[in-house]
Amino acid sequence: MTALATALPRAPARRRTELGLIVLAVLLVGGLYAIAGLSKAGSLPANIVPFLIGFFAMLLVAHLAMRYLAPNADPILLPTAGLLNGVGYTFIARLSSSEASKQAAWTALGLVAFIVTLAVVRRARDLERYRYLFAFVGIGMLLLPLVPHIGLNINGARLWVHLGPFSFQPGELAKLALAVFFASVMVERADLLSHATRRIGRFLVLDPRYLAPIIAAWGLSLLIFLAENDLGSSFLFFALFIGMLWISTGRTYYLGLGVGLFAAGAFFALRVIHHAQSRVQSWLDPWAHPYSTGFQIIQGQFAIADGSVFGTGPGQSNASHIPYASSDFIFAVVANELGLVGAAALLMGYLLMVGTGLRIALRCERPFEKLLAAGLALILGVQTFVIVGGVTRLIPLTGITLPFVSYGGSSLIANYILLAVLLRISNDTETPMILRESALIDMPSGELREVQA
Amino acid sequence: MNRQIRLVGAGLMLLFVALFVQLNWLQVFHASALDNNPLNGSRVVKEYDRPRGQIVSADGQLLATSVPTNDQFKFQREYPLKGLFAQITGFFSFTYGAEGAEKTYDSILTGANLSSSLPTSIQGLRNLLTQTNKSQSITLTVSQKMQQAAATALAGRTGTVVAIEPATGAILAMYSNPTYDPNLLSGHNQTQVIANYKALVAAAGNPLSPGSYRNSWPPGSTFKIITSSAVYDHNPSLAAKTYPVLNALQLPQTTLLLHNYAGETCGGAILQLFTVSCDTGFGAIGLGLGAQNLYDEAHAFGFDQAPPLDLPAVAASTFPPVSSFTQDQPAIAYSAIGQQDVSSTPLEMALVAAGIADNGTIMTPHVLGHVTDSQGRTVSTYGDKPWLQATSPATAASVTQLMLSVVNSANGTGGAARIPGVSVAGKTGTAQTGHHTIDAWFAAFAPVPNPTIAVAVVLPNQPNGTEYQGGTLAAPVAKAVIQAWLASGAAGAKPVTSAPGVTAPTSSSTTVATGSASAP
Repeated sequence: MTALATALPRAPARRRTELGLIVLAVLLVGGLYAIAGLSKAGSLPANIVPFLIGFFAMLLVAHLAMRYLAPNADPILLPTAGLLNGVGYTFIARLSSSEASKQAAWTALGLVAFIVTLAVVRRARDLERYRYLFAFVGIGMLLLPLVPHIGLNINGARLWVHLGPFSFQPGELAKLALAVFFASVMVERADLLSHATRRIGRFLVLDPRYLAPIIAAWGLSLLIFLAENDLGSSFLFFALFIGMLWISTGRTYYLGLGVGLFAAGAFFALRVIHHAQSRVQSWLDPWAHPYSTGFQIIQGQFAIADGSVFGTGPGQSNASHIPYASSDFIFAVVANELGLVGAAALLMGYLLMVGTGLRIALRCERPFEKLLAAGLALILGVQTFVIVGGVTRLIPLTGITLPFVSYGGSSLIANYILLAVLLRISNDTETPMILRESALIDMPSGELREVQA
Repeated sequence: MNRQIRLVGAGLMLLFVALFVQLNWLQVFHASALDNNPLNGSRVVKEYDRPRGQIVSADGQLLATSVPTNDQFKFQREYPLKGLFAQITGFFSFTYGAEGAEKTYDSILTGANLSSSLPTSIQGLRNLLTQTNKSQSITLTVSQKMQQAAATALAGRTGTVVAIEPATGAILAMYSNPTYDPNLLSGHNQTQVIANYKALVAAAGNPLSPGSYRNSWPPGSTFKIITSSAVYDHNPSLAAKTYPVLNALQLPQTTLLLHNYAGETCGGAILQLFTVSCDTGFGAIGLGLGAQNLYDEAHAFGFDQAPPLDLPAVAASTFPPVSSFTQDQPAIAYSAIGQQDVSSTPLEMALVAAGIADNGTIMTPHVLGHVTDSQGRTVSTYGDKPWLQATSPATAASVTQLMLSVVNSANGTGGAARIPGVSVAGKTGTAQTGHHTIDAWFAAFAPVPNPTIAVAVVLPNQPNGTEYQGGTLAAPVAKAVIQAWLASGAAGAKPVTSAPGVTAPTSSSTTVATGSASAP
């Protein structure tokens, strides 16, 4: 261990911490994989050694890339993501071996995307320059599934794009592109957005011109809602927008406006869209149709309840019959096998990542990075809440992936890119001023004073 | 911005706390309720991956067995006779749980009933660790021959046959059309099983609901067995009266008339009324008895309570409450002939016949014969016990005479049930259910004296005819089932021993084992 560490290029304490945590994550995942194999087949899985070596190698490559590309970045995010990814893989491996080999390939691709992102985006603020490109790409990707011939309808939602042998969900990447766009626009217009300038009677209100973007965002999310039947992404997208708007302006009425618009949209959807009605119906009373619309929810509830406090044990799950057990409903399988203890630990993992993301945002000096980091953390947190809340019947179920754990390539790649951007921002912030060669030149004088003070 | 970011953090933290609270609710506080939910198949999955005992017919035919599979469940339940025993064995489905005997005797079939006491020996310790096959098998009282005889006699028509051994309560045959193939629901292909289930739910006649003990129809004139029994028990003077020859009876509180079936004219003493199934005569007898007496007698025979058959969700037969008659006196006359709001399951009508056959005692009906362990040794035997003392041996003897006349008199409505050399007692029922439809019933027992079988047959929703169709349609079915029984199964049967009217039935027969009594 120490030999390895000393053989490597300059290794700040943070990177050594990261390597230690990665080893810990690999050991945890290896243990889980071994126990699951033992209890399922009575012997260790045949591929446990190649699996552990491969898994460790992938994370090690990402870690080494970090040493060169982001040596001062936060040490917790990568190991936590690796742990979640590994835990997810052990569950997918049991639910479907064909999906497992694909998931392994997607993990590798995700880590490649992670490294490429770190390599290409050398400074987070460079992203700001391409804001309209990101806006264009983001909206384009959101609308891509609607294009005839390449758009694909899967399970009533039109989220997929089919190109040759590949199919992917561009919406997963779109939310990142839009987060970048929102951050840059909102930072620039924060003043305009936060001060009432138009007088109507006795009241000062916002200039409608500046309200236009929020209405546009609402309209766009409704459009996704209607055209693609994707309630989860639509909610995530809208929450991201309102959240970032509120963070940048500090105006509580944006929150109120957001809640109001969301309520109006939901009301409209419930009146008009059958898909939304049945989702709410099977949330309120899944028992009314236990073998059709309520089946997935009810079976999920049974699986979670069966897990009780300590779970049925790794590999002992009887929840494989739940539709989409390896993607949307993987949390029910985890709660079944690992119980309340394991499910809570998984949630703690997400909380740790979200908290780290927000801490990175707090430590940022520049508002763009600050807002972007907060937005990315918000995506992670809200997405986890939406799917876990849906599976546990706290809120209506919407088909959305559990970050890093669910089966699915688009989601995995998008989340590793999200992670890379967060780490890039973290590295920018934590790198001592003197090492940021061009930082002083670019930085406006006001901000420089603030930092030095 | 930092203030908002901290607040966002706090907000997300709150959302995660909500998730944690919900998890606690699901996994701790509400867990046992969800675990015990009848829709919960996870318990079934656990039962799937270990062997489950067999269900065997009285004549040794395999009815339900677990076959090893290569999928995750390791065993699949198979029903070699398909629909023939479906309404008795039920099914054992991963998706839909268990039904029928698979449900009632689940703990025996899985071996869960055996107390898992602490091992006291090396052998016991080894058994605990190696998970020996603890499952037990059950043998039913129903034979494949009897079940097949019932199915053959129905000849594909919608209808039900229930046959009972009067002295023990053992079910000898219990078959209904339409039936279903339990293999459709025991498969491991979830999608296919769900599609099959939906098709069965949508199928005509609701094959999933066992017609024999969950469905009920107006019993029509077979109810006159109870009305007659009420006469001897509550007002014997009515049995001594002669009733005028009429084709329609004037009813109280109304100008409406109670007409005989198909416009017939009849009257006379109770024997004559019963033999030709005279509705005007029995309407008058009903009015003479009054609502309270009819109600009491129906209850004595088990109406308005679910018979304690060892299968799930047995339906009660119904007789209207006494208070409902005060404003509606004509309903008394109609109830006395088993019409209007009276309804009976085929099982209940078979129990009524069995009660008359067994000197007024109705034994607890059961399909379980005995339990065997995995080595085939008999572990326990069903202990017969009486359910109701419906009436006195003297009344049972009197009603038996009436029922013999139905089959044996030249003008009796049940002549179609006559068997050369065997004395059959029976009663037809032709309940009008619509303007053009009737339910054809027949309730019977044989041989008299010392009957060994009581049968109820119903063929619902038959087109209207000019004859008493209980006699023309249902009686031949009952006859075929009785003949099959006398030809094959009756050898080891336990007949009703005490002569009618001589001794009271033994109340100490609670632990008499099936088939243990001597042959006649």
